[in-house]
Amino acid sequence: MFASQFTFIVRRLWQMLPTMLGVVLLVFFLFNWVGGDPAYILAGKMANADSIANIRHQLGVDQPYYMQLWIFIKQILTFDFGLSWATGEPVSNIIATRLGPSLTVLIPLTVLETVIGIALALAVAFVRGSLTDRVVMIACTVGMSVSILVYIIVFQYGLAYKLGWFPVQGWGSGFWENLLRYSTLPIVIGLAVSIAPTLRLFRSFVLDEAGQDYVRTARAKGLGERRVMWVHVLRNAAIPIITYVMSNLPALLIGAFLLERFFGIPGIGREVILAVERSDFPVIKAITVYVAAATMLFNLLTDLMYQAVDPRVQLT
Amino acid sequence: MMAHASVGLWGLAWRRLRADRVAMASLAVVMAFLLMLVLSASGLIVADWEDEVGVNYAPPGFVGAGPVAAVVAPVAPLALPDNPFDPLADDIRALRTPVLDMYGVADPLADDLAALGASGVAAAGAGKRATLPFGADKWGHDIIKKTIKGGETSIVVGLVAAFIAVGLGTLFGALSGYCGGAVDDFFNWFYSIFTAIPSVLMILAVAAVLQQKGVVTIVLILGLTGWTGPYRLIRAEYIKHKAREYVLAADAIGASHWRRMFAHIFPNVSHVALVQMSILVVGFIKAEVILSFLGFGVPVGVVSWGSMLNEAQNELILGRWWQLTAAAIAMALLVTAFSLFTDALRDALDPKVK
Repeated sequence: MFASQFTFIVRRLWQMLPTMLGVVLLVFFLFNWVGGDPAYILAGKMANADSIANIRHQLGVDQPYYMQLWIFIKQILTFDFGLSWATGEPVSNIIATRLGPSLTVLIPLTVLETVIGIALALAVAFVRGSLTDRVVMIACTVGMSVSILVYIIVFQYGLAYKLGWFPVQGWGSGFWENLLRYSTLPIVIGLAVSIAPTLRLFRSFVLDEAGQDYVRTARAKGLGERRVMWVHVLRNAAIPIITYVMSNLPALLIGAFLLERFFGIPGIGREVILAVERSDFPVIKAITVYVAAATMLFNLLTDLMYQAVDPRVQLT
Repeated sequence: MMAHASVGLWGLAWRRLRADRVAMASLAVVMAFLLMLVLSASGLIVADWEDEVGVNYAPPGFVGAGPVAAVVAPVAPLALPDNPFDPLADDIRALRTPVLDMYGVADPLADDLAALGASGVAAAGAGKRATLPFGADKWGHDIIKKTIKGGETSIVVGLVAAFIAVGLGTLFGALSGYCGGAVDDFFNWFYSIFTAIPSVLMILAVAAVLQQKGVVTIVLILGLTGWTGPYRLIRAEYIKHKAREYVLAADAIGASHWRRMFAHIFPNVSHVALVQMSILVVGFIKAEVILSFLGFGVPVGVVSWGSMLNEAQNELILGRWWQLTAAAIAMALLVTAFSLFTDALRDALDPKVK
């Protein structure tokens, strides 16, 4: 059992290598080839040939492409991407210090979204096909159609600026202060935006299971609808739900960039936006490579969790 | 003879759609938006949207000019207590009183401005309307016309980008699924790279690299990064279809690989491409709005729903909610209708999937 899991993990990690290499090549192609020579941006308005040559040498862009690629791979492996072009802060330091604020918002958001999504999906599946079901589904579609920007602008204006229930924006130094004071409104908005698509998706997962034979068997032996839904169906719908939640986590790290930007939360997503605005290539390169690696690792973790939820799943 | 031809996939799908009232209503809304798009793109309507027809921030007609005038009402000059021991107190008072403007700031150019205003520069605003049907923006543009013009940009970006993404996805998926072997391995590797990087990050990274802003740039960003979804489904369809008898028959009559892929198989899987395109249009319209809002999208001077929301964000704090409302409602209406129609289309084309 343990041995098979171990060989599974080793094989999957081995299979990730070509993809990871591809990600590195793609990022390198984008930033070192398409992105062109950064020296002209960095040298500023007072540039002359000497200063540009100097900057090119410092950045290593005067070297041939294969050397630049080797430098990039070394940077990835040593977690040392040098300094940000815009602020001079070490890139590794940027990533390390911005991760905490992002997770302070994202972990409660994901947990609440999943729990509320499951509860609502089961409740809607309970009355499937009825008018309530149809109305809820159309309401979800309408809710999903309003731009996330509108949710943020209106909620921030109404709840924080007008009513003063929450701080308009800001970030403190204490964990509890950040979680309870500054993260509450971003989490509420995040829930308002994400609950409609989550509910739609979870409902379809639950309904896929609700038509199965074992559900009919459970009903036939006299179990109440409530027990059938919450115990039998939920246990089986857990696999797609786990896949969705887990594989979405790394993307969410970036996906919350609008919340972080509007509420002044110093997280990873906001850092990406700032880096795009300032053409701060080292920061974007580092974040892209590591988020891609995290995505692949989370996919592996998801497969391992399948087995914990459903022992029938064979790891191959 | 066509008279006895049986109803095909498309005919059946159309029958199912006709029976679905929600689908027909949403189709009507989408068509209305597309008609508006064609009319505004050809210059038949709203060609004059840039005319400054109203006063700055003219409120909607149903609100009336009243409440907004209050917002810009003159602020009472600062009443500072005089210092009785100040030898210059009289001079200061004399200096301060005549030239205080409505913000309580002494304006050294106040006299010149007054002279200018009297000479008729201010009179240029005289012909402008105090209210417009749905208000005006900072420059006095009619919000309704601006929303239609902005919709043109957003919808065109969504449609063209979705067309490129589905085109790429179909081409890659067809090659991958039909050829198999090394070609399949290559495209799967390519696919795994693009799905390892979250799409939002991918879009932002490409936006960072492509320096010049423009409608073409944003179309390319979305089109070149969005092909993975269609690719996966089209590839699966080609794997399913390539061993079917009709393809073997095409081989027997000497059709080339290329002809088999696109003349024989593609019509049988095109409904998958159509549904994917419909899904992507919705996603890309939303993405364009966010990119333009952040300033990574359309250039200054081009109006889109995203750039309208960007302006509206600052106006809301001043109590001017109409631009936000107009852009938000127009977008929500189109995206809702498009999403509902996409759902119905998928159900109609593939009745097995619920």
